[in-house]
Amino acid sequence: MDNENKNNNNVPKDLLVPLERKEDTSDKISRPSRTFMQDARRTFFKNKLAMICVFILIIISVMSVVGPGMNDYGLDDQDLSRAKMPPHVPVLENISWLGFDGTLTDEFKGKDIEEATKNAVARYGNDADFIDIKELDKGDGSAKSAEVQATYHIYEAKDMGDQYFWLGTDTLGRDQWTRLWLGTRVSLIIALVAAAIDLVIGVAYGGVSAFYGGRVDNVMQRILEVLVGIPNLVVILLMILVLQPGILSIIIALTITGWIGMARIVRGEILKLKSQEFVLAARTLGTSNGKIISRHLVPNISGIIIINTMFTIPSAIFFEAFLSFIGLGLVPPEASLGTLINTGFENLRLYPYLLVFPAVLISVIMITFNLIGDGLRDAFDPKMHK
Amino acid sequence: MFRYILRRILYMAVTLFIIATVSFFLMKMLPGSPLKAEDKLSEEQREIVLEKYGLNDPVPVQYVRYIGGLVKGDLGISFTFDNTPVTKILMDRIGPSAQLGAQALLIGTFLGILLGLIAAISHNGALDYTSTILAVLGTSIPSFVFAGLLQRYLAVEWELFPVALWGTFEHTILPTVALMIFPMATAARFTRTEMIEVMGSNFITTARAKGVSEYGIIFKHGLRNALIPLVTVMGPMAVSLMTGTLVIEKIFAVPGIGEQFVTSVMVNDYPTIMGTTLLFAFLFVLIILVIDLLYVLIDPRIRLTGGES
Amino acid sequence: MSKLLEVKDLKVSFNTYNGEVQAVRGVTFDLNKGETLAIVGESGSGKSVTSMALMQLLPKPHGYVKSGEILFEGEDIVKKSTRDMQKIRGKDISMVFQDPMSSLNPTMKIGNQIMEGLIKHQNMNRTNARKKAVELLELVGIPHPETRLNQYPHQFSGGMRQRVVVAIALACNPKILIADEPTTALDVTIQAQILELMKDIQKETDSAIIFITHDLGVVANVADRVAVMYAGKIVEIGTTDDIFYNAKHPYTWGLLGSMPTLDSDEEELFAIPGSPPDLLNPPKGDAFAPRNEFALEIDTVMEPPMFKVSDTHYAATWLLHEDAPKIEPPESVQRRMQGFSNTGSKDGEK
Repeated sequence: MDNENKNNNNVPKDLLVPLERKEDTSDKISRPSRTFMQDARRTFFKNKLAMICVFILIIISVMSVVGPGMNDYGLDDQDLSRAKMPPHVPVLENISWLGFDGTLTDEFKGKDIEEATKNAVARYGNDADFIDIKELDKGDGSAKSAEVQATYHIYEAKDMGDQYFWLGTDTLGRDQWTRLWLGTRVSLIIALVAAAIDLVIGVAYGGVSAFYGGRVDNVMQRILEVLVGIPNLVVILLMILVLQPGILSIIIALTITGWIGMARIVRGEILKLKSQEFVLAARTLGTSNGKIISRHLVPNISGIIIINTMFTIPSAIFFEAFLSFIGLGLVPPEASLGTLINTGFENLRLYPYLLVFPAVLISVIMITFNLIGDGLRDAFDPKMHK
Repeated sequence: MFRYILRRILYMAVTLFIIATVSFFLMKMLPGSPLKAEDKLSEEQREIVLEKYGLNDPVPVQYVRYIGGLVKGDLGISFTFDNTPVTKILMDRIGPSAQLGAQALLIGTFLGILLGLIAAISHNGALDYTSTILAVLGTSIPSFVFAGLLQRYLAVEWELFPVALWGTFEHTILPTVALMIFPMATAARFTRTEMIEVMGSNFITTARAKGVSEYGIIFKHGLRNALIPLVTVMGPMAVSLMTGTLVIEKIFAVPGIGEQFVTSVMVNDYPTIMGTTLLFAFLFVLIILVIDLLYVLIDPRIRLTGGES
Repeated sequence: MSKLLEVKDLKVSFNTYNGEVQAVRGVTFDLNKGETLAIVGESGSGKSVTSMALMQLLPKPHGYVKSGEILFEGEDIVKKSTRDMQKIRGKDISMVFQDPMSSLNPTMKIGNQIMEGLIKHQNMNRTNARKKAVELLELVGIPHPETRLNQYPHQFSGGMRQRVVVAIALACNPKILIADEPTTALDVTIQAQILELMKDIQKETDSAIIFITHDLGVVANVADRVAVMYAGKIVEIGTTDDIFYNAKHPYTWGLLGSMPTLDSDEEELFAIPGSPPDLLNPPKGDAFAPRNEFALEIDTVMEPPMFKVSDTHYAATWLLHEDAPKIEPPESVQRRMQGFSNTGSKDGEK
């Protein structure tokens, strides 16, 4: 405290007079005010990752509608003569490492180059004219020491050089591109419908249970408690066994217990809100039940409902794929991402492209939905608003 | 506490009873019998076979017999597989499934906690983003896609592990890894969120003010409090392990319950399907019970209220 | 009296998404052995941040000491490593927090939470630490300490928890005890008990106390000296008598005027208009000027330095400049100051 009165000398003494106030600025609020929903929307739109995911998801959805119509092949155009054709895309076919040049490539072993080559030719239908052989290892004469890389120009071999199966064909010669987007469409429809049904039943059940309370709540809760104890896996498996396989059965199987989570969340939230002062205040002022629900409860639980739905969708997509994968889902020729992956697995060793595209697509869909869900959760969390 | 456990066990029994009843009648609605179309049997032989499975009695009698058998652990006789009792089939096959499940759960949870912890400590740092991305991939990518990748590259392409089947410990590695991805990612996300929240709480500041070392802050005060709620996600994890078993065992041809289930579905072996389903239900209900009891045991705050309710 | 702690021109900032928030903008004070210094100010004035800086407990990585020194027994705390700081925390300087409901670890027994510091700082074995913990619980007035030791925080009431927090803080006989609004979250009757407890303990242990509060009423009973903070700065510092009988800063007048008292029967409570400035962009000149009815033209241009009133009393207001117009505190505040000197503060009691 040594600096006192030190700088007295350069103080502009003429300013030592009472301040004339022009306007009252003491209560000025410096930042604009925003509503909660505005804040949430702003936080969400600022989340780059989530926005990228929304964008990707829109593209995928659009493709699932227009994709199948982009070439002339249909869902069930079988033609065994063109089965298991690799991906072949115009323009891109000239860039060999992309894998869209319509060739099959693999490595073959033998005791010497000759035997390895023979193996390769035998593998690719004895079509030696259309097979390029590249020596990788001359070998020392012992079994399997020599190795060659064989590239089979199957489109030329079949005289279909002007045909383009963008993602190849499956074991029955059906165009994979068409089936992939039709499958995506089916998977998305199942997921969206299942999520929508979960939403409606869950919100209604949870809402009624919490809003009326008392004995109604008690009975409804006991029922829930028993249902919660039943694993959804078991229910889904049982339902799918009993019902005829198909889109509708999968949706029913998914929704029969799927709404429980939503019901519990909605009930919990409404119970919490109901005891809060602003709802009590509204009641005291004689606000009708309908108005309390629409003005106070719905806006406050909409966030959590949206978030929960966002996480229901990927889990429904997963379950559909899972069921189809273990042979309980859709039956051919109907396609879904799950059935495509299942076919892909059966041909994984020789025709990996049959697995790669549906597997990548389902993963991308799951990731985008989860990240959008995360983004929404952050957006509806007041702590995250900046 | 004792009354609480008793009440919970009662709930468990009711739940299982309902599942058993519903699934019994659902199965009755299905077409299909132990008789195969290609078996050319006389009316008499037919009678004998149906008699053996007790399918001649009226449905209510069959129901009572089935429930009675369940209580004694008898799940009926398989339609196929040399007419072996279902209980025996499941018993023979539970070993590999249990081993995979246990390995995946333990290693997955441990690695997940570690990953989440590292992410939380380097909050918003490079490690945090890396482990968050890993966690999102792990919860998003379906286990069978992941299993396909592992099989294709680590086994077929690079020949590091056996492609499929069962036998040595090496055979368990790829299925375990494929199965543990979901529990690992779930545990990692959960641990990260909880840990960040706990590390921002006031009692951590109190501990810092006491002069507790950073190690003590993270492990003694932070992690312990962050891990208690982790118990609540063990339920979903258990379910994911069961669904995982079905697909992973199919992919890697592991002779476990899941593979058995998929095969039974193919051949419409209803008693085995039902037996497996009930086993899943039983395990799930048991796990939920254990989790709830565990929660009461490890969280001192619940001890009082848990006893009263 | 020897100086235990000297804080010199301490500046603390927080990095936020909107920019740098200057929470503490140059604070200077010192603390003598065994004395109680109260830091008073409204929320956001930087008083808690100052105390966190003293312990190097600013939330990382957003909060940091921008400049200045904190000399504890001659050594600069700001420059100490985390490891060295861990040896000081809890042993030489300890802290009691505002909210007893959340400042104890919910999953650790009370006993272990008290013993943790003892085992670390005094190399006690568990048996001795346990004995000491029992003594501490007795000292802070918790009945049945032996059984209480094995209980968890949720089995304690708010007041009892705050006693436990005090016991933890006192475990190693710290030289400085920082109490950050220790009574704000408690009932009025419990508040009085905790304050009484802290006064008693100070007599026994001879610790210095930094008492942080927004409640001037509490200060009169506890503090030897008072520092009034506004917008990240100390605007007036002096002995309790200086502040209560002879306040010079208009902000202190405002605080005194807004204090409810029992013996003043007539007047309405005085409210300081407006709200504190946004420390993201601190105003030019005197930060208090926009809310100050006695503001001078110079306040909008230049920050007032600390003017010396007496050896113990300083205030940062241009009103103390020799050429400034002579302005007396509002009449109601004058009457109050008169009233205080009649009833007597802590020193008056002695």
